[in-house]
Amino acid sequence: MTSAPAASRRIRLPDWAAWLGVAPFFVFAAMFLIAPTAWLLVGAFQDGDGAFTLANFVRLGQPSIRLSYALSLEISAASAALGALFGLALALAALRGGLPEWVRPTLMTFSGVASNFAGVPLAFAFMATLGRLGLVTVLLRTLGVDLYAHGFNVLTFWGLTITYLYFQIPLMVLVVTPAIDGLRREWKEAAETLGASAFQYWRMIALPVLWPSALGAALLLFANAFGAIATAYALTGSSFNIAPILLYAQIRGDVLHDPNLGYAVAVGMLAITGLTNLAYLALRSRTERLR
Amino acid sequence: MSFVTLARIQKSFGHAAVVKDFTLAVERGEFVTFLGPSGCGKTTILRMIAGFEQPSAGVIRIGGRDVTHLRANRRAIGMVFQAYALFPNMTVARNIGFGLKVAGKPAAEIEARVAEMLALIKLPDLAGRYPHQLSGGQQQRVSLARALAPNPQILLLDEPLSALDARIRVALREDIRALQRKLGITTIFVTHDQEEALSISDRIVVMHAGAIEQVGTPAEVYNRPKTRFVASFVGTLNTFAGVVADPAAGALRLGETTIFTRAPIEGARAGETRMLALRPEALSLEGAADGANALRVVIEDASFLGAVVRLKARFGDTILLADVFNAVGLALPQPGETVELSFRREDVIVLEGD
Amino acid sequence: MTRGRFGAWAAAGLGAVYFLLPLIATFEFSLRMRRGQYSFDAYAAVFASGGFQASFLYSTGLALATIVVAAALVVPTAYFVRLRLPHLAGVVEFITLLPLVIPAIVLVFGYIRLYGSSSFLPLTSTSLGADALLMFGYVGLGLPYMYRSVDTALQAIDARTLTEAAESQGAGSLRILFQVILPNIRSGVLSGAFLTFAIVIGEFTFASLLDRPAFGPYLQRIGASRAYEPAALAVIAFALTWACLGLIQLVGGAPQASTRR
Repeated sequence: MTSAPAASRRIRLPDWAAWLGVAPFFVFAAMFLIAPTAWLLVGAFQDGDGAFTLANFVRLGQPSIRLSYALSLEISAASAALGALFGLALALAALRGGLPEWVRPTLMTFSGVASNFAGVPLAFAFMATLGRLGLVTVLLRTLGVDLYAHGFNVLTFWGLTITYLYFQIPLMVLVVTPAIDGLRREWKEAAETLGASAFQYWRMIALPVLWPSALGAALLLFANAFGAIATAYALTGSSFNIAPILLYAQIRGDVLHDPNLGYAVAVGMLAITGLTNLAYLALRSRTERLR
Repeated sequence: MSFVTLARIQKSFGHAAVVKDFTLAVERGEFVTFLGPSGCGKTTILRMIAGFEQPSAGVIRIGGRDVTHLRANRRAIGMVFQAYALFPNMTVARNIGFGLKVAGKPAAEIEARVAEMLALIKLPDLAGRYPHQLSGGQQQRVSLARALAPNPQILLLDEPLSALDARIRVALREDIRALQRKLGITTIFVTHDQEEALSISDRIVVMHAGAIEQVGTPAEVYNRPKTRFVASFVGTLNTFAGVVADPAAGALRLGETTIFTRAPIEGARAGETRMLALRPEALSLEGAADGANALRVVIEDASFLGAVVRLKARFGDTILLADVFNAVGLALPQPGETVELSFRREDVIVLEGD
Repeated sequence: MTRGRFGAWAAAGLGAVYFLLPLIATFEFSLRMRRGQYSFDAYAAVFASGGFQASFLYSTGLALATIVVAAALVVPTAYFVRLRLPHLAGVVEFITLLPLVIPAIVLVFGYIRLYGSSSFLPLTSTSLGADALLMFGYVGLGLPYMYRSVDTALQAIDARTLTEAAESQGAGSLRILFQVILPNIRSGVLSGAFLTFAIVIGEFTFASLLDRPAFGPYLQRIGASRAYEPAALAVIAFALTWACLGLIQLVGGAPQASTRR
């Protein structure tokens, strides 16, 4: 083959070929991501006859819905805050704590698995651990500590929070690790030569550098917990009235007796996860600019 | 007594000896440069002086005090790193004031000192900026100010210019030297760039494979390299073998030609082979003056470098490089032409070892 | 040695206890089915039950279909966006992040309204239609991970240079995509596939609300009605997740987190 004619024949296909290649993706996105969400959005602003109204959102304030939102926010906040705190501590220990080399890859691999081990099986695992007949409950009872006599129950707020931490902490480890890796050795050394103690280095440099990333990660954890339903549902059935479970019941049987109010419940959830994610993105772009 | 002394320092990582029996004394106010290729151990020694690494053996003294096992934050040292290492969460002013703040100085004193340092590095208007808003050269100036602000005993500079553009590198190099002279601070500078080392130092420590090859002023190291390594690492050099003819007279035979050195060749016997070295700029096209050496060579190539013309000439099996000054009307020899290259006796360097 | 290192050991130790205890407890619990002695009876009961076999088979099949469709959607899109339609990069990234922002329960609610029996496209009224709807939902769930894996792989192989080299040899677009690009980003596609599998195999919300006979709702039913089988199933599910993530590392992908449960 001679090169000259080959070069002149090298015609780029017109752009429509590329558009054809991406078209199925956009059709998919429109049909299965955007349209269903838009449908709910529109419905949330309509009354039973299809007229525009804000009443559905006003009615989100009725006690049963308000309480379920509050419970969802509380449990998401608790599991995000604790998950972020413990996840950060664990990641710092493994990455900067002077532990043996094998600790880091072990933690990373385990976090990859545990952050994906959620839903119904996770509920089972914690039933078997902290349920009335669970190993830890039984062991503690033989040691004279009766968890359940002290009002603990895995089906309660704190039980669910402890369960959520099983995927929240590993998620935090995975999300915050790049930020910890971004702490440069020279910062610590420069601080040392300038007379700073290890504590002063952490307080004045490392933590201030880390906190936007850590806060961003905590927001991600919050959104993650807020949309979660399977673990809570499998653990508590429909008795634990968080917002996703309320919505689940509404979809199943129109327990609110008003489809449009159901849309508003869904849109309310969407607004919370959406805002959380926006705040996360804003924080992330801020930290990236500072680099 | 010297201000900083390093006595028989050794350092091994596992089985690898990185620094072998390193002994050096640095005077108060002196500017000493550790020069060597990467992996020669120069940075490791600097890090041991700073307190980031512990020597496997040996003693480090600063101002007469044994600091070998003192923690880095107690050594009162200022350090500048290759990659700036400014604290990203602090403004320029807070970076510079960090050491004073940690030392618990009152705010007013810190503020005054920061202003003084900013004036010293000629960046008085940047106090409120963050590191990411500065250029590399500016960041390194701030880093210098930060290191100097608490009045350290020694200033350590770990390749501080390597990350910068060539032009800024030269300017900052001159500023560092001027500042060091002004403050009279004992300074140890690490670099792999021989031009940098020659231009900035009082003394140069040339290192190779964890050991000192030569210690001397820039002129000594350049003009009188002791070893082939120093000769080849510092500047360009022609090296070739000569057979000692008469050690007392400093006579050596190169094939049919006899050349002479300035002084008797110490510790050599007739018939031995010695490695010799000549700087390209020591060779001249002008006829040999009285008592000078001369070699008949065949020109292979001549390249024009501006102020200098570099000749590539063959002498027997050896290729010699000669730098001659360019002058208007200079008749450049043509390739294939046979010419005589002359050089003074003083310019012949007899290297130690082979 | 130092106080810091002690703290690090303490944190790592507490972490190990918190993360290992539920695994040990679950395993121990799963062995308690036979009175007075440990046995694998719960596992035997699980594997023998028709419900397990049918639902696991269904979910596996659905996961495979999801992976094929997701790859078919993502690979050409990531490729063309990288090479020829770079101005679409922002929009496409936004779309791939949507499944992380929209809670699954909200999305499936939209599906039911939009594709329910009384809608203009009543997918849920036939079994096959509902299966397809579930599958598309899962494609969405896996989209962020599949896209990121594929896009990272495309970046790593320098798809532009490869394409230009292939074009100069006279190859057409389709041939380039299938014979040049796809074989070289196999590890990225596989990483995305295994992660998608891990997410989809036990998924509950979509499957339950779309009334599909999938593994997730089966798990939930067993949990509500049995004592020891759920523990055995949790152990099996954990092993499955571990296997998927292990396979990702084996094919050279980085561990990732899914953020949707």
